[in-house]
Amino acid sequence: MTIAINHLSRRFTDFRALDDVSLSIAPGEFVALLGPSGSGKTTLLRILAGLDFPDAGELVRDGRDLLQVSARDRDVGLVFQHYALFRHMTVFENVAFGLRVRPRARRPSKAEIADRVDKLLKRVQLDGMAQRYPSQLSGGQRQRVALARALATEPELLLLDEPFGALDAQVRVALRRWLRHLHEEMRLTTVFVTHDQEEALELADRVVVMSQGRIEQVGTPDEVYQQPATPFVFEFIGKSNKLPVRIQNGRVVAGDQRIEAEGLEGMADGSAVAYVRPEHLAFTPAALESGWRATLRHVYLAGSVAHLELDIPTLGQTLEAELGGEEAQRRALQAGMSVTVQPRHLTIFPLAGNSGEPDITRRRVVHPRYGQAALARWR
Amino acid sequence: MAAVIPLAPRRSRARRVVHALLIAAALSFLLLFLLLPLAAVFVEALRKGVGVYLAAVVDPEAIAAIKLTLLVAAIAVPLNTVFGVAAAWAMTRFEFRGKAVLGALIDLPFSVSPVVSGLIYVLLFGAQGWFGPWLEKYDIKLIFAVPGLVLATVFVTLPFVARELIPLMQSQGSDEEEAARVLGASGWQTFFRVTLPNIRWALLYGVLLCNARAMGEFGAVSVVSGHIRGLTNTMPLHVEILYNDYNYAGAFAVASLLAFLALVTLGFKTFLEWRYGAELAARAPRGH
Repeated sequence: MTIAINHLSRRFTDFRALDDVSLSIAPGEFVALLGPSGSGKTTLLRILAGLDFPDAGELVRDGRDLLQVSARDRDVGLVFQHYALFRHMTVFENVAFGLRVRPRARRPSKAEIADRVDKLLKRVQLDGMAQRYPSQLSGGQRQRVALARALATEPELLLLDEPFGALDAQVRVALRRWLRHLHEEMRLTTVFVTHDQEEALELADRVVVMSQGRIEQVGTPDEVYQQPATPFVFEFIGKSNKLPVRIQNGRVVAGDQRIEAEGLEGMADGSAVAYVRPEHLAFTPAALESGWRATLRHVYLAGSVAHLELDIPTLGQTLEAELGGEEAQRRALQAGMSVTVQPRHLTIFPLAGNSGEPDITRRRVVHPRYGQAALARWR
Repeated sequence: MAAVIPLAPRRSRARRVVHALLIAAALSFLLLFLLLPLAAVFVEALRKGVGVYLAAVVDPEAIAAIKLTLLVAAIAVPLNTVFGVAAAWAMTRFEFRGKAVLGALIDLPFSVSPVVSGLIYVLLFGAQGWFGPWLEKYDIKLIFAVPGLVLATVFVTLPFVARELIPLMQSQGSDEEEAARVLGASGWQTFFRVTLPNIRWALLYGVLLCNARAMGEFGAVSVVSGHIRGLTNTMPLHVEILYNDYNYAGAFAVASLLAFLALVTLGFKTFLEWRYGAELAARAPRGH
């Protein structure tokens, strides 16, 4: 049951919701469409469900053109952000709906329907709630009813639109773990839309990062976090510091530093932009030859992690660094301290000559060489 | 603290006075302009005794007027119900060119004087009207006949159902209908199992208002009726004729019937609101 999405485009009057999007979804996969609002993720989901249609492109499932199949016949289960439960029906009636509206020839008997609904309600841990109305349930319970309703017709593809968006933080975390277990049990191909990176990284087998109607990167959660392919992914997922740099004679020039690095071989001279994650900045109170001199401006201790603000005069910029909370306390870090800062990895996008935009095709990940003055890894 | 405590009752006493004054003003206004005239209708109707009252009501012309009024309402109300649901559906579920124009058109009968509405039909279908000669050729009589009354009534009562439904359907959104579609429901199944149950109370409310107006309409109907006694006289027109004949008791007797119909509608509406309210309260979201 592979789904092939080929060159989909969808325009609304003055807005490109999808711009040449291609993606392949493998059977049993759990895929997250992650992006800010307006990135086209919901439009893509609605096209998969048959509730919207692209202006160009194809959608094929097992050799069958899905765009010719109406929403009714797509064998898709859809869970809406605001649940969209039928408010005048009980939980039981909601879950049974998809079976009851079938043409008589394919409709299960009353007893079979009751049986299947009971099993589903057990599965979503709502047995005993069958006669309640949606308004008598909590948000998390409603969401599980919506899920049971979507699963009742035994769909081949489950689609979830911001499934946890309207829930409290605690319920959200519990429900998404539960959903992950359910997926591992059922192995149902699932696509879900979210703007919450934590949710996407924790739940999905594969994350599709979208921005402005385009796919920025497709990869496992680890790949997307550790090796962002574009400046957008760097800025959208996790935290990052962005530095304007120059490449000169095989070195990265940033502020007063000319950093020698592995991975720079053959790179043309010119302006570039470098990204570094906060946890990839090493620093020490010692004054060293290599590395920027910085002043520690603030230490924010947030539970297990300490966030540090480092003022670097030669760069003219403040960088954010991270350290384990215990580590930070052990070293008695204090605002006003002078430190030396060294990036351990840099991802470099040369700026294109004509547009001045970062060129993602010439992306490099480089590892600075600091010789003897290198700081030990502090984590 | 001591300085604060006396302040609160003083302010609330002032507020209570204002409340009482406002309520009294509203109630006396209602009494003077609504209840008093309504009571007068029944008092005048029964002034010459129950015998005269009954005679006026069972008069063949009165019976014909009652029958005609019910007939016109029985045709106009279902037509406008179907139209109203379709228009509300179109206005809230689709994006199309000219949506604003449709919205304005639905409101048109509210903004045009009923007399003008009647005149429009006379100008279109009357003997001297645009389609008059054509209609005459095929011997179809619209104006000064029952079809004309129905047309005028449909025109005047057109907005009631649609206007009642549009805000509700807008606020409900189309998520539930989309959910039904993805679950495999056909268009009719979606309408009868999801849309209709969600709008049933508002729909009934709109139908009642539409019906009240259809039975009580005077202006537009008066223009197209021709006032042929026993044939094209509806109840409101019959009241006018009796009144102009100095048959005050008869006029008020028929008027009291109309008022009674209105009161029944009002009572039914209040009952529905009470039911609707109870249902809403029972199913209100718990604040998630």
